[in-house]
Amino acid sequence: MAKMIVVDHDRCLGCKSCELACALAHCQAASLEEAVRTDARAEPRVHVEPSDGLGMPMQCHHCTNAPCVAVCPTGAIARGSQDAPVLLDQDRCIGCRLCMVVCPFGAISISHHGKAMLKCDLCIEQTQGGGLPACVAACPSGALRYEDIDEWLMQRRRRSAELLRAADQHTLEP
Amino acid sequence: MNKPTERSIDPATIEMLEHVQDRDLCLAWDRYDAMQPQCGFGSLGICCRNCTMGPCRIDPFGDGPQEGICGATADIIAARNLIRMIAGGASAHSDHGRDIAHTLSMAAENADGDYQAKDERKLHALAAELDVETEGRALADIAKDVAEICFGQFSQQHGEVVFAHRAPEDQQRRWRQAGVMPRGVDREVVEIMHRTHIGVDNDPINLILQGVRSALADGWGGSMIATDLSDVLFRTPNWVVSRANLGVLDPEKVNIIVHGHEPSLSEMIVAASEDKEMVALAQSHGAAGINLGGICCTANEILMRHGVPLAGNFLQQELAIATGVVDAMVVDVQCIFPSLGRIAEKYHTKFISTSPKAKFPHAEHIEFDESRAMEIAKHIVRTAIENRTNRPATTVPLPTHTSPLVAGFTAENIFTALGGRYRSTYRPLNDAIMAGRLRGVAGVVGCNNPKHKHDFGHVEMTKELLANDVLVAVTGCTAVADAKAGLLCPEAAMQYAGKGIQEVCRAVGIPPVLHLGSCVDNSRILIVLTNMVNEGGLGESIADLPVAGAAPEWMSEKAVSIGFYVAASGVYTVLGEPFPIQGSKVVTDFVTEGMAEYFGGKFAFEADPIKGARLMIDHIDVKREALKLPGPMYEVPYAPKTETEAVAVA
Repeated sequence: MAKMIVVDHDRCLGCKSCELACALAHCQAASLEEAVRTDARAEPRVHVEPSDGLGMPMQCHHCTNAPCVAVCPTGAIARGSQDAPVLLDQDRCIGCRLCMVVCPFGAISISHHGKAMLKCDLCIEQTQGGGLPACVAACPSGALRYEDIDEWLMQRRRRSAELLRAADQHTLEP
Repeated sequence: MNKPTERSIDPATIEMLEHVQDRDLCLAWDRYDAMQPQCGFGSLGICCRNCTMGPCRIDPFGDGPQEGICGATADIIAARNLIRMIAGGASAHSDHGRDIAHTLSMAAENADGDYQAKDERKLHALAAELDVETEGRALADIAKDVAEICFGQFSQQHGEVVFAHRAPEDQQRRWRQAGVMPRGVDREVVEIMHRTHIGVDNDPINLILQGVRSALADGWGGSMIATDLSDVLFRTPNWVVSRANLGVLDPEKVNIIVHGHEPSLSEMIVAASEDKEMVALAQSHGAAGINLGGICCTANEILMRHGVPLAGNFLQQELAIATGVVDAMVVDVQCIFPSLGRIAEKYHTKFISTSPKAKFPHAEHIEFDESRAMEIAKHIVRTAIENRTNRPATTVPLPTHTSPLVAGFTAENIFTALGGRYRSTYRPLNDAIMAGRLRGVAGVVGCNNPKHKHDFGHVEMTKELLANDVLVAVTGCTAVADAKAGLLCPEAAMQYAGKGIQEVCRAVGIPPVLHLGSCVDNSRILIVLTNMVNEGGLGESIADLPVAGAAPEWMSEKAVSIGFYVAASGVYTVLGEPFPIQGSKVVTDFVTEGMAEYFGGKFAFEADPIKGARLMIDHIDVKREALKLPGPMYEVPYAPKTETEAVAVA
């Protein structure tokens, strides 16, 4: 998995544009208006919860050792390769809800239409073509970003390194 | 999920919330929880839906768009949104005033009608002020002329709203200088809507000044007309003793709750409920009588004039139905939850709407036509009486909490309250302030809001002010909150107030918290302040007075309009809930600082009611110092800034 969705929770304003975009991207309708007008089965896979006066988008983490994969009795949840997103095949899903129960993030929910569970697929069609997941594309404040993991780690380390160096200099001065 | 004790400080509310926990009613607090997180763009005031090039939003973090599609910045968008709130609030108050003017006009034309001008003294006073001839003329003719002039204030296009001339000269001068002297009630609202249309006014300060002008046309116009003409029609209030809280409901009687705002409806319900025929009908249905209770401002109107008890304030409206003993809830306009009909269907309560302007889902609509007022009022009361037999066999135990209260204070009778029958002036009030026996006066007003613990802001702020010898005037839902907490009793002075207020209350028998009425009666506060200036010794302007205002738990657009007309009249006003403008530095700075240069008054945002009270006390102390008044007679300042600054006078 070269890239992941990074959440900058200080920037989430709770507008829920990500929820709307996710629902729209995973339904039959071509537009939000059409989705509202018809029975388009638009349901989000990301959920914004309140947190300390701001919002917190609760997302699937596509865990490398995913509890949902381990627990699924029909093998409906699986990943194509070690770097691929964890995908849920609705045709194989029997709606037993074990995945929902074991997910530590509450990222799996029950669909109101039919029997299956709902789970983020990292917008695999868009991202494989070099595009952005719908939630990231929709986020107006930059709380959701789609970043290369190695790049992100390097930036994080470098920022911390600078902080550590600055702290060290203080203590080492005579 | 929040516990009832975390939602409210009011024991009756807590009890009801506990009772209904299992019933899945989905009350305002539940809906508030479900709404989290609330959209930050909206909260910051930087979302704009004024045209369909949008909707647009400004990124408060600076990375995304800094202009809407038309080019409007956060400052422009926030200013436009803010003054549209004023337009909404001013319209609500002013339309209420318009309706009362219409009722007076009708009363003047119908000698046998259900409405009659009952307060001759007030009518004559208004006539004199408006240059209406009274010598040898029938009351009805005088009333007709006064009503016409008041009507005219709404449609006036040029000139100045006439009651703005009641304000002290300094206020009028400031308004004319700022270009905000209101021309006509309706015109100012229309101009707000025009200016906030895409591509019109794009200067944030210019926009806000038009908002001020419209707010002034409300406070010194629409609301003031509502207050004064309601006094003419239904009597100027005088001191009255009554009770507050859900415990005023009586299972032995037919219980009718009146909720909403206009006394033209509630006065008739009072009259119908006292009608011998109706009482007999109730008794024939096995009830001991007919029991009226009120919620929100119409409650305050009939409390002030008839002593009808207060059942509760804004956030309690659904809980009243959940008691199971309300046979009818009769509503007209404003602050009425559209959820009431759905909740009433789970109980036997009839939810009755009456205004052609205010229809609700799952309501029974009995349209109130003023030309057949009493007939319809009796029909409504009859409906309630007949519904009593539908009460379920068992209901939740009714909360028994009630508090006694004294209400009925007006700008006119504060004279008499303080000076006695033979020396009715404001002199004793001003003298008490000048001597330091009273530190100053505060007005605490406004709604409830589930963002704030129910009644906590009102009660705690009031107590902190009282402890520091600041006399408190209240209206609206604040008055109900303070009443429920027992603060509207003279005895409350001994329990909560400083020595100075205790002396005043002991001497003249008033409570330390004065109930001035409904939210349109905030106009009474404007007159009180004017009278204080005119009496002398406390400066030349409302902006000089040692006074402050506050709305600790407000939620409505009406409150925005009130806040603006009070601040623009020179009063420092502390809000427990900020305006939704903080995405704009320009707008925030103007309302919290810049507007004081124009008007002498401005806003502060402080959610903590004790801190808010202290901001008010600090401000009052600054005004006292500017007037070269001595420090407060008895109080140690709440938090001496330095040891040497602490003044403790035994």
